[in-house]
Amino acid sequence: MIQFFQDAANILSEHYPFLLRGVGYTMLIALVGTLAGLLIGLATGVLRTCPLSKNVVVRWLQKIANGIIAVYVEVFRGTPMMVQAMVIYWGYAFASGGNTLPLIPSGILIVSINTGAYMAEIVRGGIISIDNGQFEGAAAVGMTHWQAMVHVILPQVLRNILPSVANEFVINIKDTSVLNVIGVTELYYFAGIIKRQTFQTFQTYLVICVIYFILTFSITRILRAIEKKLQVTDSFVICGSQSDPNAEIRVVKKPEVPND
Amino acid sequence: MTENNAVIELKGLCKSFGKVDVLKGIDMQVAKGEVVAIIGSSGSGKSTMLRCINLLETPTTGEILWHGQNVQTEIESLYKYRASVGMVFQQFNLYNNLTVLQNCTLPQIKVLHKSKEEAEKTAKDYLERVGMLPYLNARPAQISGGQKQRVAIARALAMNPEVLLFDEPTSALDPEMVGEVLAVMQQLAQEGMTMLVVTHEMAFARDVSTRVVYMNEGVICEQGSPEEIFGNPQKQATKDFLSRFRNQ
Ligand SMILES: Nc1ncnc2c1ncn2[C@@H]1O[C@H](COP(=O)(O)OP(=O)(O)O)[C@@H](O)[C@H]1O
Ligand SMILES: [Mg+2]
Repeated sequence: MIQFFQDAANILSEHYPFLLRGVGYTMLIALVGTLAGLLIGLATGVLRTCPLSKNVVVRWLQKIANGIIAVYVEVFRGTPMMVQAMVIYWGYAFASGGNTLPLIPSGILIVSINTGAYMAEIVRGGIISIDNGQFEGAAAVGMTHWQAMVHVILPQVLRNILPSVANEFVINIKDTSVLNVIGVTELYYFAGIIKRQTFQTFQTYLVICVIYFILTFSITRILRAIEKKLQVTDSFVICGSQSDPNAEIRVVKKPEVPND
Repeated sequence: MTENNAVIELKGLCKSFGKVDVLKGIDMQVAKGEVVAIIGSSGSGKSTMLRCINLLETPTTGEILWHGQNVQTEIESLYKYRASVGMVFQQFNLYNNLTVLQNCTLPQIKVLHKSKEEAEKTAKDYLERVGMLPYLNARPAQISGGQKQRVAIARALAMNPEVLLFDEPTSALDPEMVGEVLAVMQQLAQEGMTMLVVTHEMAFARDVSTRVVYMNEGVICEQGSPEEIFGNPQKQATKDFLSRFRNQ
């Protein structure tokens, strides 16, 4: 037992530069990936909840875009991120004739696309759950759909989905560990290096485990405090599915406003 | 009434939701300064008619004319049209993320392209008129129903509309708050604002309106001056409706 603590202390004192770099990259990839995923979610959520245009061409474009988004959401939520990482990283190498993308940006890209698929549903659910009266109150004074979205709907959506976004962030801190399959130098990757140098597999991974837990635990508390301050009352996670009609989130009728 | 002085004219307005025919041919003209009270039992299509006028609902057939121009085909901008036809909802529909003042300035800034200072000045003028000046920085969640509705009226007025549509503006209010909203509406009526008011407040229809329209099952069953409708209704359906109301 004492031996174990000594080993752990040695790992920390001798390899802390690795651990710090690992923590830094893990947090960077998780944070940027979550924010980029949120942007993807906002873009797709706004597109998919936009009332269909009266213009036939625009309406078809909307339907095609909605179809593409539906496939994107379904595929990226239905496959493991580890596999997505391999397919995207090596897919690029295959397509470009052997060039590979730099690792950290690759990691951010993969986490962003993966998170975006979840955010798409979170944002869409957030928009749908806003009382239709908010859209009508905006439409009735002459605001466009876009103005209503930006100034009235999305601020409320962002506040309501904050708990779900925070949840995605915490999930991403843990899930960046799968990026070691393509060699991204996040925390889990450095665990492998330390293990190979110390031959103390259990001790190394337990230290890493504790670090992950400290990260997620403290981030969770901080985000809860922020939520409390913003007085988020309703938190929800919507698990819609494009292929199962029973799980499909239905769009309630929106006031008819032309798209511009 | 000639077509020339009609601000709004409905011609054969029909609206169906799927197979349900809600409006079955409405013809109506509204002249400047008129206060039209629209009464009728629930489900008779009053809200749908009002919502068709500002195109929150698209009519199935028929025409809506704004100063003689078809609002679906002939007017320059749907958004400008909506800005000049204010709407006050039963559920207020204040923007929940904004303060009382911001609720009244946002539409002016975005739709009328006013500067923030100008918009705030106008907003404060109207908020003062409805007695809500002390609540500039309150959020909708922090004020009462009657106060919300007065803010909603100020928000509509700040757009400087030619016509105001009211859809049961007092129906969601606690009884003690109905009076404060009706008082504001009565004042507007006296100042000559053109108003279409869907209401179950028969006293308001009788005392404030210049014309009462009784709607039944998607058509205008009977209309006339308040004296005619309340004193001497011609149609049996109107008599039944009014007597049902008195007995409540
Ligand atoms: N968006 C809608 N979809 C389907 N039916 C509707 C819709 N809006 C109203 N209706 C139906 O139209 C009828 C008239 O409604 P409404 O105009 O709200 O009546 P009122 O305001 O006179 O009570 C009702 O039977 C209602 O169920
Ligand atoms: Mg109604």
